[in-house]
Amino acid sequence: MRLVVDLNRCQGFAQCVFLAPDVFSLHGEEALLFSPRFDEAQKDRVEKAAAACPVQAILVDYSDEPTKGVKPHVG
Amino acid sequence: MTSGTLVAQITDYAHRADPYPLYAELRKQPVRREDDGTYLVSTYYEVRSLANDPRLSNDTSNRPSGYARVGQPDPQTGLPPSFIFTDPPLHDRLRDTINRPFGPPHSPRFLDGLRGELAKVVTELLDAFEGKEQVDIVEDFSYPLPVTAICKVLGVPREDEPRFHVWADALASSLDPQAGGADGQEKAQRARQDMGAYLTDLIETKRRHPGPGMLSALAPAMTPADLEATAVLLLVAGHETTVNAITNTTLTLLRHPDLLDRFQKDPDLAVPLIEEVLRYEPPVQFVPWTTALADIDVAGTTIPEGSPVWLMLAAANRDPKRFKDPDRFDPDRRDNEHLGFYTGVHYCFGAPLARIELHVAVPELFRRVKFSGLLEDPPPYRANAVLRGPRHLPVAIEGVTV
Amino acid sequence: MSADTDVEVLRRQGRVVVVGASLAGLRAAETLREQGFTGSLTMIGDEPYEPYDRPPLSKQALLGRARPEDTALPRRRDIDAEWRLGVAAESLDRDAKQVRLANGDTVPYDRLLITTGTRARPWFHPEEAALDGVFGLRTRDDSARLRRKLTGGVSRVLVIGAGFTGSEVASACRELGLQVTVAERGPAPLVGALGGVIGAVADRLQRKHGVDLRCGVSVTALEGDDVGRLRRAHLSDGSAIDVEVAVVSLGAMRNTEWLAGSGVAAGPRGIACDAGCRVFDVNGIVTDDIYAAGDVARSPHPLFDYQFLALEHWGNAVEQAEIAAHNMICAGPDRRPHLWLPMFWSTQFGVNIKSVGVPSLGDRLVVAQGALTEARFVAVYGYRGRVIAAASFDGAKWLGFYEQQIASGAPFPPEYRTVDRRTETLDPVDPAFPDPHLPTHGATVTLTGHSPSERRVAFVPAHA
Repeated sequence: MRLVVDLNRCQGFAQCVFLAPDVFSLHGEEALLFSPRFDEAQKDRVEKAAAACPVQAILVDYSDEPTKGVKPHVG
Repeated sequence: MTSGTLVAQITDYAHRADPYPLYAELRKQPVRREDDGTYLVSTYYEVRSLANDPRLSNDTSNRPSGYARVGQPDPQTGLPPSFIFTDPPLHDRLRDTINRPFGPPHSPRFLDGLRGELAKVVTELLDAFEGKEQVDIVEDFSYPLPVTAICKVLGVPREDEPRFHVWADALASSLDPQAGGADGQEKAQRARQDMGAYLTDLIETKRRHPGPGMLSALAPAMTPADLEATAVLLLVAGHETTVNAITNTTLTLLRHPDLLDRFQKDPDLAVPLIEEVLRYEPPVQFVPWTTALADIDVAGTTIPEGSPVWLMLAAANRDPKRFKDPDRFDPDRRDNEHLGFYTGVHYCFGAPLARIELHVAVPELFRRVKFSGLLEDPPPYRANAVLRGPRHLPVAIEGVTV
Repeated sequence: MSADTDVEVLRRQGRVVVVGASLAGLRAAETLREQGFTGSLTMIGDEPYEPYDRPPLSKQALLGRARPEDTALPRRRDIDAEWRLGVAAESLDRDAKQVRLANGDTVPYDRLLITTGTRARPWFHPEEAALDGVFGLRTRDDSARLRRKLTGGVSRVLVIGAGFTGSEVASACRELGLQVTVAERGPAPLVGALGGVIGAVADRLQRKHGVDLRCGVSVTALEGDDVGRLRRAHLSDGSAIDVEVAVVSLGAMRNTEWLAGSGVAAGPRGIACDAGCRVFDVNGIVTDDIYAAGDVARSPHPLFDYQFLALEHWGNAVEQAEIAAHNMICAGPDRRPHLWLPMFWSTQFGVNIKSVGVPSLGDRLVVAQGALTEARFVAVYGYRGRVIAAASFDGAKWLGFYEQQIASGAPFPPEYRTVDRRTETLDPVDPAFPDPHLPTHGATVTLTGHSPSERRVAFVPAHA
C-alpha cells in the first residue's frame, strides 16, 4: 500500500503524525517526512491520518497489487 | 430581519437545538456588521481566509475599550492569558513548549500510547450499561471518557473531578458572548481563580515529585503563571468539547437509522463518519474572540481596524459553495476539508486527543450497544452557544453485548 | 465531420501517447480516464520503473526512513495503459504522427503528451564524473546508490552546489554523522532561488549544523586514485580537500534533445507551450495535437507579464498534467488555462522552507512576520510596487495569505499591521539575487522570456 503527501498543501499541522507515528514524522517543528509504502499493520492508522488531515493532502492507494500492465521488463 | 437581531437569536437559548437555519440566513451576507461594530463572517472561504490572515489577532486586548475582552484575565489578578488568546511570537513559543511532551516532533507517540488505557475506560463505561433500559449518553459515556483522558494527559487526579467540574463549566460559559452578563463574568473570574489555585498547588507538587503526564513534564520548562494558565485551558477544553463531539455523533447516528444500520455492518465507516460529524455538528460552533489589527477587505466589505470579528465555523461548514448538499449528513463525502477544529496557527491543540477518543469510543459504543431510540428529540442543550452540545442525551437501549 | 464529432471520436477511440512516465505523465493518464477517455493509452518511460515520487529521494531515502524502491506513486485510479518502460523516446515525426523509440519501434498517436521532465546536470568533466564516488541525484537508482555509499563507511562528503537538492543532501549527510563540505559558486546557499538575504539565513543554518560551507568558490577538478576512486577535490581558491564522495547538485537540464529537428519549439529551457499546454512549433504556431506538462514545459503566465515560466515544482507537474489531459480531449471552448501560482517546498536541517510566487523576480524584500535571526519568518518579495512572492521558514500556515496577496496584485510593501511583526516600520531591502547571467546551482522557477522559440541558455535578468 502506498501513499504520497502533497507537501504544497501540507502546512505542518502534524495530525497524521499523532495518528500514525510509524508512518509519518516531523523533522523539526514543521517539516513532514513520510514512508511512501506501508503494510497491513498500519492500514487503520494511515486511514485515520488521511481522514484527519486538515488540508486533505494525503493520497493513499490501498491496492496491494502491482499495477496492471506494468511489467518490470525492458522495451 | 434586521442585522441586530440575528446574533441575538444565535445566542438565544431557544435556538440552541437547531441554529442551522440562522446560520443559513447569516451566510446570505458573508461579512455582516452588527450594530455594535462586531463583524460576523459565516461563509467557508472567507472564514478560512481570515483564520489564516496575519492581520487578525487572537489577543482581545487589541480591542478598543467597551468590547468584551474574551480570554483576558482581570488585569488585577496579574495572570497571563492562555496561549489561544495570544498571538505569535508569544503564541508560537508557548505552543511549541506545551507541545513538547504532547506531540511530535518530541513526543509523537504520547497520545498513541494512551489508546489502550482509553479503550479500557470505554469498556468499563459500557459494561455499566448492563441491565439498563435507559442511559444518558452524556452522563454515562461521553462526559466521563474525555475527563478521564484529560486527567491522564495532564496528570491530574481523576478523583478531584467533582471539584474542577464546576469551575470548568463556569469558565466555558464565559466564552459564550451572552452568558449571564457581568454576573457570569464575575462567576467565571472566581472559577478561574479557584481552579488556578487548585492547579498551582498541584503543579508545585509535580515540581517536587514528578509523575506521569504533561504538568510534570512542563513544570521545569515554564513559568508557574504560564503553566497554570495552560493547565486551566487544557482542563477546561478537555472537559467541554470532546463530550459534545461524542454526544453529537451518537445523536446524529440515532437520527439517521439507515446510516446506523450501515455502520453496524461496516465498522470501517467510523473514520469518515467522525469527520463528517465534525463538519456537520462541530463542537466549537464559532470563534468570537478575534480582532482586526488593520483594515481587512473581505468579500467586498472592509472590516475596520479594531473590530471584533466572529468566525462562524458551524456556518462555514455548511456553506453550499464549498460542500455539496451541506445540510445532508453524508459520511461518504469526498474531500471533507471541514473547519470543525479551526485552521491556521490556532488549529485546535487537542484535536488529535479528541480524534483518538472518538476513534476508540464511537465504534465500540455502536458495536456493543443495541439502541432502540432517542427518548427526547431534540435533547436538552447546555446554555453555551459557542461550545454547543446536549446537556443530556437520554436513549432507550435493548442491551449490551460483550 | 465537425470538430465536435472529431472530439467525440477521439475520446472514444483515439490513441494517446504519453512520453515520460513520471508524476506528470501518471496524473495526466489518470485524468484522461477520469474524464471518460476510452481510447488507447501508451506510457513511455526511459527508466524501467513505474512512476515514482522524487522528493523523498534526497530526504527520507538518504536517511534510511524509506527505501528508494518504495517510492512508487499511489494511484488515483486504474489507467488501463500499455506501458513501454525502460526504453527512451528517440525522436518525434510530426508528419507521420509517431514517436520513435530507442529500440526502433514506432508508436503512432492522435494526441501526444510530453512529460519528459529534467535530469541532473552532469559534472562537466566526463572522466572525473566517471570516478567511483561521484554522484548525481535525480533517479531512484541514484538515490539507492548514494545511500549505499553514504552508509558504507565513508567519512567525508563534498556537495557541489548549494541549491535545494545540494542543501538537502548536506542536511541528510550531517544527520548520518558524516563530515560535509559544501562548495557553492554564489555568495550563499539558495541564492538563486531566494536571494542573498534569505541565503544568509540558510548559510547560518548549514554552519550551525556543522557543515563546512564554502561560498564563492567552485570545484575546479575531481581527482581519483589509481583504481579510479575519488580521493580529492580541488577548489578555485587553490585549496584541496580529501573526500570519498562528491554529490554534483548543479541544477537540472530539460530532457528535450530527443525533439531536435522535430519542428517543435523545444530547447534547453524547455518546451514552449501555450497556457492550455499546447506545444508551439518553431514558427510560434501552436500545434493542436502535441501537449507538454511538468518540469519540461514552459508556458506564459499573466501574473508575470506573460513571460514564459519554467517550473521544476511537484505541484505544477500535477496541476499542469491535469489541465493538459483535460484540454487534449475536449473542444476549444471547453479548454482551461494553466494559471498555477508557483509553489515550492524543501526540508533541510529540520526547517521547512516554502515559497509561493516567483521570488527571483523580486526587486525588494521585507520580513513581514517573524525574524531572520530565529529562522522562523515570512519574507515577502515585491516587484515594481506589488507583492510578487513570499518565502517562509517554518511559517507554512501563513503562505496561503500571501498567495492571495500575489494573486490580487496587492501593493508592496505590506504596510498593514500583522501579528508577529517585529519592526515598527518595514524597511524594504534588495533581496540580493546574484547576477542572473552567472547561474550558480539554478533556480527552480525561471522566467524565460517572451519568445516561444527561445533557445539560448541564458537566464532572463530579473530586473530588466
